[in-house]
Amino acid sequence: MSATEPRIAFTLNGADTTVTAAPIRRLAAVLREECGLTGTKIGCDAGDCGACTVLVDGAQLCACLVPVGQVAGRRITTIEGLAADPRYDALRQSFHRHGAAQCGICTPGMLMAAADLLARAPRPDAAMTADALGGVLCRCTGYRKIIDAVLDVAGAEAPPLPAAGEAVGARMPKVDGLAKLDGTERYGADEGPAEALWLKAIRSPHAAARFTLGDLRALRAKYPGLVRILTAADIPGKNSFGIYPDIKDQPVLAEGVVRFRGEAVLALVGDAETIAAIGEEEVPIAWHIEAPVIGVAAALRSGAPALHAAHPDNVLIKGRVLSGDVEAALASAAAVVTGEFSTAFVEHAYIEPEAGYARRVGDRIEIFACTQTPYMDRDEVARIMGLSPEQVRIIPSAVGGGFGGKLDLSLQPLIATAAWLTGRPVRCIYTRPESMMSTTKRHPAHIKARIAADAEGRLLAVDFHADFNTGAYASWGPTVANRVPVHASGPYRVAAVRAETRAVYTNETPAGAFRGFGVPQTVIATETLLDELAEKLDLDPLELRHRNALRVGDRTATGQVLQASAGLAACLDALRPRWREARAAAAAANAGATGPLRRGVGLAAMWYGIGNTSMSNPSTMRVGIDRVGRITLYSGAVDIGQGSNTILSQICADALGVPVAAIRLVTGDTDRTPDAGKTSASRQTFISGAAAKVAGEALRRQVLERAGAGPAARLLVESGRIFVEESGERHALDFSDLPVSNESGDVLSATGRFDPPTTALDADGQGVPYATYAFAAQMAEIEVDTGLGTVRLRRIVAAHDVGRAVNPREVEGQIHGGIAQGIGLALMEEYLPGRTENLHDYLVPTFGDVPPIECLLIEDPEPLGPYGAKGIGEPALIPTAPAILNAIYHATGVRLRRVPATPDRMRAALREAGYD
Amino acid sequence: MYLRPSMVEEALAALAEGGPTTILAGGTDYYPARVGRPLTEDILDITAIAALRGIGERDGALRIGAAVRWTEIAEAALPPSLRCLQLAAREIGGRQIQNAGTLAGNLCNASPAADGVPCLLALDAEVELASARGTRRLPVAEFVRGNRRTARRPDELMTAIIVPRCAEAARSTFLKLGARRYLVISIVMVAALIEAAPDGAIAAARIAVGACSAAAQRLPLLEAVLRGRRLASGIGCLVAAEHLGELAPIDDVRGTAAYRREAARRLVARALDELAAEAAA
Repeated sequence: MSATEPRIAFTLNGADTTVTAAPIRRLAAVLREECGLTGTKIGCDAGDCGACTVLVDGAQLCACLVPVGQVAGRRITTIEGLAADPRYDALRQSFHRHGAAQCGICTPGMLMAAADLLARAPRPDAAMTADALGGVLCRCTGYRKIIDAVLDVAGAEAPPLPAAGEAVGARMPKVDGLAKLDGTERYGADEGPAEALWLKAIRSPHAAARFTLGDLRALRAKYPGLVRILTAADIPGKNSFGIYPDIKDQPVLAEGVVRFRGEAVLALVGDAETIAAIGEEEVPIAWHIEAPVIGVAAALRSGAPALHAAHPDNVLIKGRVLSGDVEAALASAAAVVTGEFSTAFVEHAYIEPEAGYARRVGDRIEIFACTQTPYMDRDEVARIMGLSPEQVRIIPSAVGGGFGGKLDLSLQPLIATAAWLTGRPVRCIYTRPESMMSTTKRHPAHIKARIAADAEGRLLAVDFHADFNTGAYASWGPTVANRVPVHASGPYRVAAVRAETRAVYTNETPAGAFRGFGVPQTVIATETLLDELAEKLDLDPLELRHRNALRVGDRTATGQVLQASAGLAACLDALRPRWREARAAAAAANAGATGPLRRGVGLAAMWYGIGNTSMSNPSTMRVGIDRVGRITLYSGAVDIGQGSNTILSQICADALGVPVAAIRLVTGDTDRTPDAGKTSASRQTFISGAAAKVAGEALRRQVLERAGAGPAARLLVESGRIFVEESGERHALDFSDLPVSNESGDVLSATGRFDPPTTALDADGQGVPYATYAFAAQMAEIEVDTGLGTVRLRRIVAAHDVGRAVNPREVEGQIHGGIAQGIGLALMEEYLPGRTENLHDYLVPTFGDVPPIECLLIEDPEPLGPYGAKGIGEPALIPTAPAILNAIYHATGVRLRRVPATPDRMRAALREAGYD
Repeated sequence: MYLRPSMVEEALAALAEGGPTTILAGGTDYYPARVGRPLTEDILDITAIAALRGIGERDGALRIGAAVRWTEIAEAALPPSLRCLQLAAREIGGRQIQNAGTLAGNLCNASPAADGVPCLLALDAEVELASARGTRRLPVAEFVRGNRRTARRPDELMTAIIVPRCAEAARSTFLKLGARRYLVISIVMVAALIEAAPDGAIAAARIAVGACSAAAQRLPLLEAVLRGRRLASGIGCLVAAEHLGELAPIDDVRGTAAYRREAARRLVARALDELAAEAAA
């Protein structure tokens, strides 16, 4: 801190406050770093996301755009002040009971914007709410429950938490919800030892280049606070990582060659001021730029430069499913439809950029950072560090959104290496552009498909070929290439299927895991073609799907016979009355239309295999009771906002037979929780839920056995003590004399494990890739401005077979959020390296872009799942984009085969179709 | 250096001495251009200068101080001719941006997509530029020279935007086209102002289009066609492609040039139809 920095006095949350800071510093940074108020979140530092919204003299402002010099003498209110003010208890409670916070990273901003609104308009309507909160982006909720919460601010309090045995199926609020509403939740950027050094990666501005590092000593000499400069040579173990055990193709720090714009070349480590002061242009790197391989077509061209020597043709992997005689089926069909489709890179756009810190503790390294997969991080960091996995401890921070983007390593190996080598804790927070340019994306897909049916509309063949642009490194490319062929024939009985995929390397951002692993791209092709097929056969699109819907006993294209829980027909049945009514209403509106507006209603369906494809992916859960009778669920499942902490607590409580309020949670710490596997593939409710049920039931048996009670006895928890009640008699259980059985201090402990039964797929993709599938159908009602090519959503109805809705509100939250991302995929989201590396050029849906959503929950129980439950996270997103595209066709007769359907593309297609 | 004077004279003196090179008000353009970079420029913060605040009348014209923020414009009681500017104020970013950003900053930043510029062109507004050497006024069309280029000299400070009084009957509107509802940079935007006689004859029409050229442009050919016509249903049909010949849109991530040209024509037509419908109501 320089001596010339002035003292700036203001009122902060009602208290006189003085800071010493350069007046140009962002208020957001000063609040967090000087005032210690980390409830104000920083998502972009550019006013694009609103996460840092605070009140200045009562008016909402982005604290990242306010020079602290401007707040002298003014009144600032942050989330911490709002949380301490009883006038806002009702607002926070309303958010809590409506499930208006998921990951919670945008929630402080939402609450501050709502406070600004309510001060101006105590009883706002939905439009005023959207106008007032429209400056805050949320990537989880789809905004609808936030609007509900603001409108219901004066509403009734939430009912009490469910009693013993009644948790599963209850619309209870999140067990970890309150910390998201008062600024106390600790995300990756919110913690770090005071003595920590800071790390900043220097990244390639070029998509393909060789480089040499210049004299780094001059930089060291100029900046005494620069403690260390990490290069590839400093990586203690293997300078490579990757999701698959046999494909570690990505370096932590590049070794003389970079393969995508944003690849880390070196890392500066030093005190905060030094690291902030060094301009990237000061770092001496000599670049020898090469012609990049951009796009799959260029990568597959013969003679194209190979990105990796092991893959001279740039093909990372191929996947396929073959069943039946496709050519014969096509030849015999009454109708065949054909199409070619393309999709773009899509950015996860979680509002929390990657952040965390690492510290060395003796011969161990500890990492506190946002992640979806602590155990994979542990093993991968160990490999990079040359340590054993036991020497690495991963402590997940609260995660401000993931959606698959936090399944890969990002800053962990950098901060771990820096902390290891300097012996000091090291922090890092990615900037928004850094997060966008360096972390994975949804794979762009190029798809060619044919679908054939007989005259009655029975599906005879699906012939599907897709190339996925996996970017510079493998990441989850193989997962996409293997999952897609299984899903290419959709949730339908199809006599003959040929589904082939390739994942192809290019000099673009690595594409990895993103909600749906290639299936959202796939259904954009198959579900719009199915609509064309219905038209060709003069069948209703819903009835065509219903006729072919997979049912229990049917054989899938991989030869798997569905044993239970195949609820697509039920989803379509639930939609049918709304479908008919909406189609008729749209047709009537169009018949009388004179202006440019046309209404349309479209439908799409999907299925989705829950968990890994044909691979073991077990979860282990432990639940214990300590000496004073406290019950703790040790869950390694990371809740990234989707609600697994709540869902697993509900399941465990019912299995154990105690009220859910009696369950305490320890989550995600690799030293304290067993491996629950990653939060991906919509697997935590199904797999970890099943494990939590097994654990809860096993502990119940132990407790009852100790009490000498039978299996029907009731467990009661009162004033923190556990009682057993049987035949009208009740007695307290005393655990104080039992020996402590594990490091957690528990005296009784039970473990549950579940690994969904699957088999490997043979060369033709035959086998049992998943133990169970989710099914869904969604209907989109839209309005197209045919003059401008803009699309406005009027309503979405989403019918999802979830097996059992453990918490219907959380399920709805997933559906709403998935739909919002589906809208983005369909209409606006396109990541272009070097061009849309911020949240004003890369557009995600805002408050005004997500219409009212009706959720229809179908519960066709899955016997393998906990209380019948399957998964919902990814299924929520998958049908939305094709439903919108089909609605556009219904409205205008125009078929778009490239997404996003931006206004200019939409309008070009309309003009071609003869629209003035 | 971070200078935050309370008097215009102090600010002008600092600029005259070749002091701060960056003038800051709402910060809504300054900070986004410096994400992850050191904040090293010398700053002249003009938000403490009382004389730059407020909207008032002077010499028969409306004077919008250089520190006036979008929300103040949106919520002020202004004559109906300024409705275009008030509509634009509600479409800038989100509420947080409207509470921080200033109209003057929108002009000085001179983005081709600045929503304020077409409105001020339609309003025939001028800017007031002050320096230690004196004060001058420039029409907005002369002030905004191109993409991020203005006629402001290094020692000058924009002190106000002057909107001349319009006829009582003047009505205006603003249409913004973006790819999402909030927080969106315009693909095209249109401001239209019509002054009609009691019998509906158009006495004056001023139409401007933004995001379709390096700086927003008036459409003089169309304005000439409209003069003397009746402001009535169907007037939008008069808008023809050749009226937009001066525009020079580009292809970018928000839209193609061809799309922008067509959308601009349509939005202009719709703006006129909207004003006609209002006049009829």
